[in-house]
Amino acid sequence: MTYRVVHYINQFFAGIGGEERADYPPELREGVVGPGQALQAALGEEAVVVATLVCGDDYFAEHAEEAVDKIIGLLESYRPDALVAGPAFNAGRYGMACGALCDAVSKKLCIPVVTAMYPENPAVEIYRKDLYIVETSDSARGMRDAIPKMARLILKQLNGEPLGRPEEEGYIERGIRVNIFRDRIGAERAVDMLIKKLKGEDFATEYPMPSFDRVPPAPAIQNIREAKIALVTSGGIVPKGNPDRIEASSATKYGEYSIAGLENLTPETHETVHGGYDPTYANDDPDRVLPLDVARELEKEGAFGSLHDKYYATVGNGTPVAYAKKFGEEIAKKLKEADVDGVILTST
Amino acid sequence: MRLELHKVKINDIKWGNTTKVEDKVLYINQEEISSLLSKDDRFECVEVDLARPGEKVRIVPVKDVIEPRCKIEGEGDVFPGFIGDVEGTVGEGKTLALTGAAVVTCGKIMGFQEGIIDMSGPGADYTPFSKTNNVVLVFTPRADIERHDYEAACRVAGLKVAHFLATKAKDVSPDEVSLYELEEITKRSKELEKLPKVAYIYMLQSQGLLHDTYVYGVDAKKILPTLIHPNEVFDGAIVSGNCVSACDKNSTYVHQNNPVIEALYKRHGEEINFIGCIITNENVTLEDKKRNSSYTVKLARMLGVDGVIITEEGFGNPDTDLIMNCKKAELAGIKTVLITDEYAGRDGASQSLADASPEANAVVSVGNANPIVKLPPMERVIGFSEYVDIIAGGFSGSLKDDGSIEVELQAITGATNELGFTCFSAETR
Repeated sequence: MTYRVVHYINQFFAGIGGEERADYPPELREGVVGPGQALQAALGEEAVVVATLVCGDDYFAEHAEEAVDKIIGLLESYRPDALVAGPAFNAGRYGMACGALCDAVSKKLCIPVVTAMYPENPAVEIYRKDLYIVETSDSARGMRDAIPKMARLILKQLNGEPLGRPEEEGYIERGIRVNIFRDRIGAERAVDMLIKKLKGEDFATEYPMPSFDRVPPAPAIQNIREAKIALVTSGGIVPKGNPDRIEASSATKYGEYSIAGLENLTPETHETVHGGYDPTYANDDPDRVLPLDVARELEKEGAFGSLHDKYYATVGNGTPVAYAKKFGEEIAKKLKEADVDGVILTST
Repeated sequence: MRLELHKVKINDIKWGNTTKVEDKVLYINQEEISSLLSKDDRFECVEVDLARPGEKVRIVPVKDVIEPRCKIEGEGDVFPGFIGDVEGTVGEGKTLALTGAAVVTCGKIMGFQEGIIDMSGPGADYTPFSKTNNVVLVFTPRADIERHDYEAACRVAGLKVAHFLATKAKDVSPDEVSLYELEEITKRSKELEKLPKVAYIYMLQSQGLLHDTYVYGVDAKKILPTLIHPNEVFDGAIVSGNCVSACDKNSTYVHQNNPVIEALYKRHGEEINFIGCIITNENVTLEDKKRNSSYTVKLARMLGVDGVIITEEGFGNPDTDLIMNCKKAELAGIKTVLITDEYAGRDGASQSLADASPEANAVVSVGNANPIVKLPPMERVIGFSEYVDIIAGGFSGSLKDDGSIEVELQAITGATNELGFTCFSAETR
């Protein structure tokens, strides 16, 4: 039998246009479009690209859930056996769309999926555990290399063949521990490894330790009475209406908001958008998560010099470490530039 | 110290009029075994059964596995403190081993859980003891016995029978003689002195509550880290008193056949100068962890070693001891390789250890203990399969109506043995 494959690409690869057409809504076209030709060639006679899904990157980013539902609706009429998305190379929004769509399709339609990206594409960190993502170069120059690997991975999944190691198959390591039988017993492997280590030769650990990025605390503030203190929270406290549309979980952004002249947060001015805890008490009194009221009191008492007139907020709920690190670095930089001496960091 | 291990190969096991070894067959006389244990009034009764490789037999719940051994020359006898006297030490002279045979102890030690051994089918691939000809002792305790006493009774009974079986082969000429000899540490040849000095840091389970190990009869919880000659280990100086999570507890059998010691002996004089073993424990208090990891590394420094192999026993809490031993050794300039198993979740997506450190850059993995394995029904169950649901690694509904079992690998005896006894491992994909 010939498998039916649907291919997902963005507006750029469909030849519709660049950034100016990134709001292009989802559309399903018969047969192959753009890189789909190479995909069809690589799939050979085993599978046919029955349709191509096109969607603008901005459209997908701004209508994520709606876009996924709409696309899945469009897909179902084609009764696909598999979905291939991308390659997205190092394009961030395109990568996120490929990742989100593959994830949703694999869970909702229960069919094999594959996508392809540059390892530093932010979507890799989020989706690598759940998806097979073929490793590509950072630009479309890597198309010729990526497409045959994507075709092979999707065919193997369709045929129910077991997938080998990441380096054999060309996918980005998912970080899944898989049991195997090696050629020699553990004790002998250990002695071999020790001899290599003693000789200063290369050796490969069988379990790379997870790296904990431990940040040493900054030295204590010398003169607290003159210090400028800022408030930062991962508890999701934002001005009412969530102007930056920070996500309730797996946040991709943080917000910077003014508290100049504000003495107190109220249910009328602020709210939480955090999706990981009962928001009742935070919404009753947002000071419970972002303690502006007591900070103002202490400022008046002279417990510290002054309160910085901006605060930073994001949602710490299933947030990938890669994003959290990026937010932290950016916020710290801005605080340094504003001559802030210390931060009160509150969670949920 | 010099030890000759006289290996008498056992290819089959049968019932007989008398207990003996003939033409590589171990004959078992049930009454002889029973009467050997009848003096122990802690047992209501002891049944003896046989399980051969390839048979459709399941043994559950398994407590310990022991290789039959006895001394034929030299001080004392095997399992000092239990069978042999503690006047004198073991590890010298000649020891007889019935290779290919094992004594398996099995019993309802109420309230805690032990392992499964399948002699055939998919479960047999994971346990080393599907390949041995097993004499299984099934214990029923006296009703009023306290469970620690019962555990002690089971432990000693297994050792007694293992010793007894080996003595029955004293007249049989061995199929193979292995020689284990290490020169005194301070009197080694110039050639040996040129090689990197390596010791083995041998962590013994000592979390208490039936997670115990015995050294010359002493509860390992109560020791300070100390030196032991590798040959003493071959003579049963270290005995298992463990019950829970059978996959990564060292049965007495794997202590007697410690593969790390074997592997270090193989390379001794070629690429390394094998100095000896440091035994330490895995006590539960932070104070003990700090003291014993510092003391262990101090011993390694006193010996002037360049590298160590460190093996863990168990998981979770002892991961801390493993990492503390590793970190302190590396900071003292001693290179380390660790052997551990993993608890990466059933899907393999979680972090594998409860503690981690950048110094632990050379790790041998003996596999992830969490994945589920389906064990088909067997024709015969030795022991009590109704305990499968409460076995560590089992869960409510593990035991199906047809006798099949769905359990995590951790319920299988020796599946992820952390002495590196098998080829089982894990890799990142």
